[in-house]
Amino acid sequence: MSKRSYALLTVLVTASIVLAACAPGGGGGAAMPIIKIATQSPLSGGQSVLGVDIKNGAQLALEQLGGPLKEMGFDVQLAPYDDQATPDVGVANAKNIVADASILCGVGHLNSGVMIPSSEEYHTANLPFVSPANTNPVVTTRGYLEVNRVVGRDDVQAPVAEEYAFTELGAKSVYIIHDKTAYGQGVAEFFRTAAEEDGLEVLGFEGTEETANFDALITPMLAAAPDVMFFSGIYNQAGVFFKQARDAGYEGTFLGTDGMDTSELASLAGDALTKGGGMVYTTVAGPASAYPKAAQFATDFKAKFGADPQPFAAQGYDSAGVCLKAIENAAKEAGGSVPTRLAVANAIRALTYDGLTGSLTFDSIGDLPMAKYFIIRINATSAETWSSNEIVAELEFASPGAGGP
Amino acid sequence: MKQFTSNPFYKFILFPVGQILAFILGASLVLSLFIILMAYLFRGSITNFDLVERTLTILPKVLVDGITIGFVYATIALGYTMVYGVLEFINFAHSEIFMVGAVVGVELMRYMAARGTLGTTNEYVVIGLAIILGMVTAGALAVTVERVAYKPLRGAPRLVPLISAIGMSFFLQDAVRFILGVTTGEFNVILPPFGTYDQFQLLNIPGMAAPLQIQNKTILLILVTVVMLVGLNYLVNGTKIGKAIRAVAQDRPTASLMGINVNMIISITFLIGGVLGGAAGVLFALKVTRLDPFVGFFPGIKAFTAAVLGGIGNLTGALLGGLVLGLLESFGASYLGIFTNGAFGAEYKDILAFAILILILIFRPSGLLGQTVGQKA
Repeated sequence: MSKRSYALLTVLVTASIVLAACAPGGGGGAAMPIIKIATQSPLSGGQSVLGVDIKNGAQLALEQLGGPLKEMGFDVQLAPYDDQATPDVGVANAKNIVADASILCGVGHLNSGVMIPSSEEYHTANLPFVSPANTNPVVTTRGYLEVNRVVGRDDVQAPVAEEYAFTELGAKSVYIIHDKTAYGQGVAEFFRTAAEEDGLEVLGFEGTEETANFDALITPMLAAAPDVMFFSGIYNQAGVFFKQARDAGYEGTFLGTDGMDTSELASLAGDALTKGGGMVYTTVAGPASAYPKAAQFATDFKAKFGADPQPFAAQGYDSAGVCLKAIENAAKEAGGSVPTRLAVANAIRALTYDGLTGSLTFDSIGDLPMAKYFIIRINATSAETWSSNEIVAELEFASPGAGGP
Repeated sequence: MKQFTSNPFYKFILFPVGQILAFILGASLVLSLFIILMAYLFRGSITNFDLVERTLTILPKVLVDGITIGFVYATIALGYTMVYGVLEFINFAHSEIFMVGAVVGVELMRYMAARGTLGTTNEYVVIGLAIILGMVTAGALAVTVERVAYKPLRGAPRLVPLISAIGMSFFLQDAVRFILGVTTGEFNVILPPFGTYDQFQLLNIPGMAAPLQIQNKTILLILVTVVMLVGLNYLVNGTKIGKAIRAVAQDRPTASLMGINVNMIISITFLIGGVLGGAAGVLFALKVTRLDPFVGFFPGIKAFTAAVLGGIGNLTGALLGGLVLGLLESFGASYLGIFTNGAFGAEYKDILAFAILILILIFRPSGLLGQTVGQKA
């Protein structure tokens, strides 16, 4: 044979050996019916610090709370997926999730912009999802039975931030920058509306996808000299921006939202967060220390995964807990056999679940009737000291419902 | 006069630096006049503040920003243009060479920080070491990529090495992502804080209320880049190797008949491009403080565009194209929001820069300094 044919044959043989080795061993033989809970969050990429801990929180929940289902004779497994914080990837994964019949419930996503298109897939398949982190109102205002969340919403979070800036910080002017995602732009719009109502002057409203060089955005912002600078986006963009803005000479206060709630922000921005006016952010998920019942969770998390839980890990734990309890209830109603997805979705809505973050029930569109919002001032300049941040206020508001505030 | 132009000092130092200054002044002047004119024209439409005053206040900073990023684009563009000149091939993996140089340089600084030696060593020594390491790694990578992915395809139709280059680009992005994930577990490579390069020098401009703040690292970036450009100019125009490169670029078969080792010259070209890209990467990393495996993608595309804008295959053109594109981007990003009262924000800066690029190419298809090359016989 010619040299090329030999090469081709070698490649084919190697490939088939590799594929055979990689194939999952033993397709059959499992006597126990498998129930899987899927998670979708960014496990790689710039936002993976938060996404990985959501998955880890769910994993811990499956280990600690999966007992009742195992006693009923089910094999409970976690099916993690990486949505890379990208809508296209999220939807592609959603199709795979929906196609796997043993997945009865899901925990995810981190980004509202990924959840909104992916949940269209879940809705078509009646697969219920519980979100530990999505705050954009559109996630639930579409009124899908399958979509629930254990955190608050941006149409409350943004006015809370604006109220704090206007009354507590005494700001007269604000410069708004968002990251052009459904989440970031949504919060920024709500903030702008609230600011205009209060008479807080909005000096600029810019969107950017830039992650490296913010010079050209900072120059006009400095010239406008706002008292407060509001950035609605995720920490990987925000951290770099704050550092560059502070280095360029901005003295005012930075304001942020829950996308910045992670110790990685302090790694990226360092002392930019405490110099000058410092930084304050609102969030819908406080640190684990803010929830009295989460102390044991924090210890167990650290023991299993080797690091303190990031924000939203406790929410991931609770979301998985909601899933497990609902599947258990639905299975009991089905007489001990594997329940349908629709039954699980209905069970979630009928449930009152005692979780780490509080007593969770869901209203007719999947929101919490009352949700907590935290305002936190940053004292940390590095990832290790993140727990030194101070909770300035802890508020509770009713969900605005389907019509908006 | 002959003494003047053949004196090496004038020819290889004064003249190139003078040319760079001329480009900067020319482009800055044209854009500044244009924007001031626009400010006067649209003065009435903005009510919150005086448009002309705001324009003039931020103009010096916008110019400095534009020149800084312009130099970064120019240095990367040189890599693209040199390879095109010699091989008539666009090396799309060059953006990842830039990224690898940056990542390696920052990783050195992080290693020194972990060992505790970062604070004790002179900061400029640290930066110098990082640049050298970045240059060496990027250069070596460029030569390896050429040997592995492009040389076997040298006789193939044009599209084949192009696809290979694009594939190499994606491969390098994910390879670095994989290596980072396995070694540090993190996606981001964050620059450890050290030294005084973040601090400002203040420049008082007559007529301006507040002095212009230029960071030390910006001055460093500009100085190092100018030195590299002057060095490159000397290499290409004043040395035997440079003559060989120009010969291969002009007519490869004849150059090989003249006794030039064409393969070695091509490798050297890739090496030079890689070295420049690596240095640009470390300087860029100093500026933006956070890197990830995909940080090379956009600067790479813009630098390639800059090379085309200036005339692909022409070194001076790459320099001019980079500066012009950097200035356009800076002006667009800073002024769009102000001029349109928020209707078109800074996010449309690329639309502006590339629209102007298209206009320039319509009227001068070979680029600003390019010459239309006739059919080779």
